[in-house]
Amino acid sequence: MGAAQLGFSGGEPLVRQDLAELIAEARHLGYYSNLITSGLGLTAAKVQAFRDAGLDHIQVSFQASDPELNNAVAGSRKAFEQKLAMARAVKEAGYPMVLNFVIHRHNIHQMIDIIDLCDRLDADYVELATCQYYGWAFKNRAGLMPSHAQLITAEAEVDAYRERLAANGSRMKLIFVTPDYYEERPKACMNGWGSLFLTVALDGTALPCHSARLLPIEFPNVRESGLRSIWYDSPGFNHYRGDSWMPEPCRSCDEKGKDFGGCRCQAYLLTGDADNADPVCSKSSHHDRILAARRAADHATTGLEDLTYRNTENSRLFFRG
Amino acid sequence: MDFENANKVPRLRLGFRFQWEPAQNAHVLLYPEGMVRLNESAGAVLSEVDGQRSVADIVATLEKQFPEAGPLMTDVWDFLEDAEQKSWIEFR
Ligand code: SF4
Repeated sequence: MGAAQLGFSGGEPLVRQDLAELIAEARHLGYYSNLITSGLGLTAAKVQAFRDAGLDHIQVSFQASDPELNNAVAGSRKAFEQKLAMARAVKEAGYPMVLNFVIHRHNIHQMIDIIDLCDRLDADYVELATCQYYGWAFKNRAGLMPSHAQLITAEAEVDAYRERLAANGSRMKLIFVTPDYYEERPKACMNGWGSLFLTVALDGTALPCHSARLLPIEFPNVRESGLRSIWYDSPGFNHYRGDSWMPEPCRSCDEKGKDFGGCRCQAYLLTGDADNADPVCSKSSHHDRILAARRAADHATTGLEDLTYRNTENSRLFFRG
Repeated sequence: MDFENANKVPRLRLGFRFQWEPAQNAHVLLYPEGMVRLNESAGAVLSEVDGQRSVADIVATLEKQFPEAGPLMTDVWDFLEDAEQKSWIEFR
């Protein structure tokens, strides 16, 4: 079918005891393999075993640079030291050190601390991504979404840091992903539905994106059908493929080939109908929901302690939108 | 192109994998969450990048392989420099 990339993510892929075997098979099949891990349960020996099995890339996900804050969100104090150690182990095994941080209104002011930490660790790539608001993050949006002022400050800080790094000849790359709630056009979600990406959930359900499960659509299962028929023939994967499903304003919009009408999950969560244009788009008649969220973010008082606790399923949604 | 550059040894940066992709009918370069489909000449140059041989060695091999193309040093070096800029390769 021409798939070239295979990603192990979760949840936490390390709970699979046979992960090294899976990696070896991926390698054997010619895949470029990537592991996204929280680093919990990882050991230097495992990193080496994965390397030997042919793993191409590892990313370590963090919640914040401050152990207290990390503690509050991830619910474990030891988590932080362990992650730092594993970030180092990944680099020692010869991989580039790629660190992902989830940024929200309660840690966005610590951006510099976070980057300082990465610099001390000699990281190669640092992704600072504000979370996308699905699942747990959607329920807690008011407690997570940074205000516009916070975002402007953070962006300026990252730019200034980048200049300092360049001046010092550092190769560390900073990637700052801002929330689409502050855009006027939606992101080209998954590069289009059923266009590039397929993910298999723990129970075997095949999905066109990590959060598609929240949509009122039936998705196929790899235990019942083969990937080829899932990809090409299943109603789930064909549901929003192409652009014939689009209502207005997308239908007659000359940008539909660029953003594919945005994110179906966001449309569903914010408008109640996944067929609608992603309300991030200023042409959407539901764009006021986004504007309201922005206003709310300017005045939000929700403290970190008010966030509802996450279960594993939610944590998956939190990590990667 | 000066002597210094000819002696440099290029190698793929860690995290990048170069391979033939039948579905694309082309050489590709794979990296986290992405892939570039390489044109024929880029594929030919990267096929010779093994972290052992110098730019001069690679040029010599390619000139033997494509005698009709004439001297290749400038083209190969331009491509490798570009590839380094893109962080695909590094020089030792
Ligand atoms: S109307 Fe639809 S296709 Fe046009 S820019 Fe907005 S979301 Fe994209």
